[in-house]
Amino acid sequence: MKIMRLSGLMRKEVYEIVRDPSSIAIAFVLPLVLLLIFGYGVSLDARHIAIAEVVDHPTQITASFLAELQRSSWFSPTLYPDQASAEQAMMHGDADAILWLRSDFTRLSYSTGRAPIHLAVNGVDANQARLIENYVTGTWMLWQQEEATREGARLPMPVIADTRVWFNPSLRSRDYLIPGLIAIIMTLIGALLTALVVAREWERGTMEGIMVTPVARTEILLGKLVPYFIMGMGGMTMSTAMAVFLFGVPLRGSLLVLFGTAALFLLTALGMGLVISVLARSQFVAAMVAIITTFLPAFILSGFIFDIRSMPPIIQVLTHIVAARYFVTMLQSSFLAGDIWPVILPNAFAMAILCAVFLSIALLRFHKRLD
Amino acid sequence: MHLILQRVFALAIKELLALLRDAASRAVLIGPPIIQLLVFGYAATFELKHVPFVVYNQDQGQLSREFIARFAGSPTFDLLHVVHDQKDLEQTIDDKSALMAMDIGPNFSADLERGRTTHIQLILDGRDSNTAGLATGYAQSIVTTFNEAQIAAHGISPPSTVLLDRAWFNPNLDSQWFIVPGICGILTLLVSLLTTGLSVAREREMGTFDQLLVTPMRPSEILLGKALPGFLVGTLEGSLIIVVSIFWFHVPFTGSLLGLYFGLLCFLLSTVGIGLMISSLAVTQQQGLLGVFLFMVPAIVLSGFATPIANMPQAVQYITLLDPLRYFLIILRGSFLEGGSASLFWPQYWPLALIGIVSMIVASRLFRNRLS
Repeated sequence: MKIMRLSGLMRKEVYEIVRDPSSIAIAFVLPLVLLLIFGYGVSLDARHIAIAEVVDHPTQITASFLAELQRSSWFSPTLYPDQASAEQAMMHGDADAILWLRSDFTRLSYSTGRAPIHLAVNGVDANQARLIENYVTGTWMLWQQEEATREGARLPMPVIADTRVWFNPSLRSRDYLIPGLIAIIMTLIGALLTALVVAREWERGTMEGIMVTPVARTEILLGKLVPYFIMGMGGMTMSTAMAVFLFGVPLRGSLLVLFGTAALFLLTALGMGLVISVLARSQFVAAMVAIITTFLPAFILSGFIFDIRSMPPIIQVLTHIVAARYFVTMLQSSFLAGDIWPVILPNAFAMAILCAVFLSIALLRFHKRLD
Repeated sequence: MHLILQRVFALAIKELLALLRDAASRAVLIGPPIIQLLVFGYAATFELKHVPFVVYNQDQGQLSREFIARFAGSPTFDLLHVVHDQKDLEQTIDDKSALMAMDIGPNFSADLERGRTTHIQLILDGRDSNTAGLATGYAQSIVTTFNEAQIAAHGISPPSTVLLDRAWFNPNLDSQWFIVPGICGILTLLVSLLTTGLSVAREREMGTFDQLLVTPMRPSEILLGKALPGFLVGTLEGSLIIVVSIFWFHVPFTGSLLGLYFGLLCFLLSTVGIGLMISSLAVTQQQGLLGVFLFMVPAIVLSGFATPIANMPQAVQYITLLDPLRYFLIILRGSFLEGGSASLFWPQYWPLALIGIVSMIVASRLFRNRLS
């Protein structure tokens, strides 16, 4: 009897889905568009940094340094006649940095050995500025080494740190951004699919129709959850396939673990949507709350772009209620490292708690009465 | 003309009342954007602090301890513990308890004392490549200061050049100064899109839309009446957020208010226009919400908020030209940090106004088509 009622409710929900195809769009078009845009659009690897070069007194030594910059794929340098015009270019955004070799550069480098290379970066984008500084420093150190070997001298470099980056040796930002993106997309899908479904019935008055039937509230909520869960997993499958086959992200963990954690996360996200829907009663409020509590927190507080350990302590505490935080960590491990149980277990456990909390709030606050 | 104005205003007032009538909608319009500004303003930082690292030190000498102390004493790195074999080191990276592992060979101190170059190995967790890349930069600069101290102590002749770097507009490279104006733009976008994007669909679902149609108002007047509240709410929210940025976050405001507000108006023209376009296409509020998301998420990602536009592939850079947030972020950051005035922002104003006018025209076309 119970199964029959449940399947009836689910069938009704499926009809709703088919009638207003926007939920199919949420599950399949949204991930497609977002993955394409993010996958091609978001990159933290700086390339072709516009750097303005000013050389007051060109000599062989300045030419050799500029040639080193030219060779690197990081920079696209342009020579400016004087400092004033280079500053003008930086004000207008045509240059991100100015490299200035003053007239006494060559003389100082032979006499005192402390010839200054002046580098001014546009600090408005602090992250980019730091990257540029690092790249210029790297290029400068490489040049020094080459100069020293050419002259047969030994460069005084007491300690050299050789860095090795595991799991993503070439630091391809796409490889770690795309797993993080899948987490964000799944947050959106989960919450958007269910955020409006209960509020909609209240607004349209069809909830009263359901109220007079003998169905229990668990059945109503399950009837809303199951069809959207299946659609969400479809979206997940599509996103994973795009990540692996289109963007060439390695998948080193097992599919079973990947989809197991995804199912747990999707339940959490759908549960959050249901909570919004049950509490809001009006679709406008539900929509606003869904937008506020899903995309931006998942984007900013999940550790996807901004490092959680660097945030102030209060905000670090706050990130624990963002389910995407756990999913981002698990996905990055699943894709790039493999099935690492010390990472999977604590994160899955935290997600299970959140999931239980959301689903029980939805159930507790959903009353079968009209007031 | 007078009559048209009167009708448009009457509808705008009705819209505002509908929006602000119940406490829940009032609350979601004002509270969350401010809370988000506060939370994200502190959360969104590219500076690295407290990066946990482990050390596998095979050297017995004094110098290696000095070297490690330089890392452990810096605010960027926190020494988690000392590991005693290679396996432990791998384990701590694998299970993400450390982001960086330092492997110091047995001859570290001996090499340095004889004036020989010595190598150490830094292993980073590349699952989070951005943090790994930033941490590498910080680590290299600590190594460089250590080297300089060694060179000075041994009296070796230093390299022939020095690199002196400084940053304009933001000398301490404070990423909050960059992020907070960006969040201003995002929240203004969000509020203005939501107030307009769902408004027609809501009337359709409630059935009040038919009543609106039997009034003597023309479709364009209805659209205007729906656009005005978006402007009003957007301007007020935008101002509130700007005030919080200046007085709470102390982001320096060096430009002109006039230039910023003209930019805000042009920006609202475009977002309200796009909101109305979504609104006239959507039959249900769920479709409206989907439309808002399908526009908002790419608009934020492609605006240069977190990742620079210059890093994107050329084809994607062309798409960003359609993104109103891209232009508004330049105006915001320019007004806050670079001392920009209205005359510097013309290249931003006109695309915003153009996007606004085109989307308004398209919205009224769509609106009329949907009616017939």
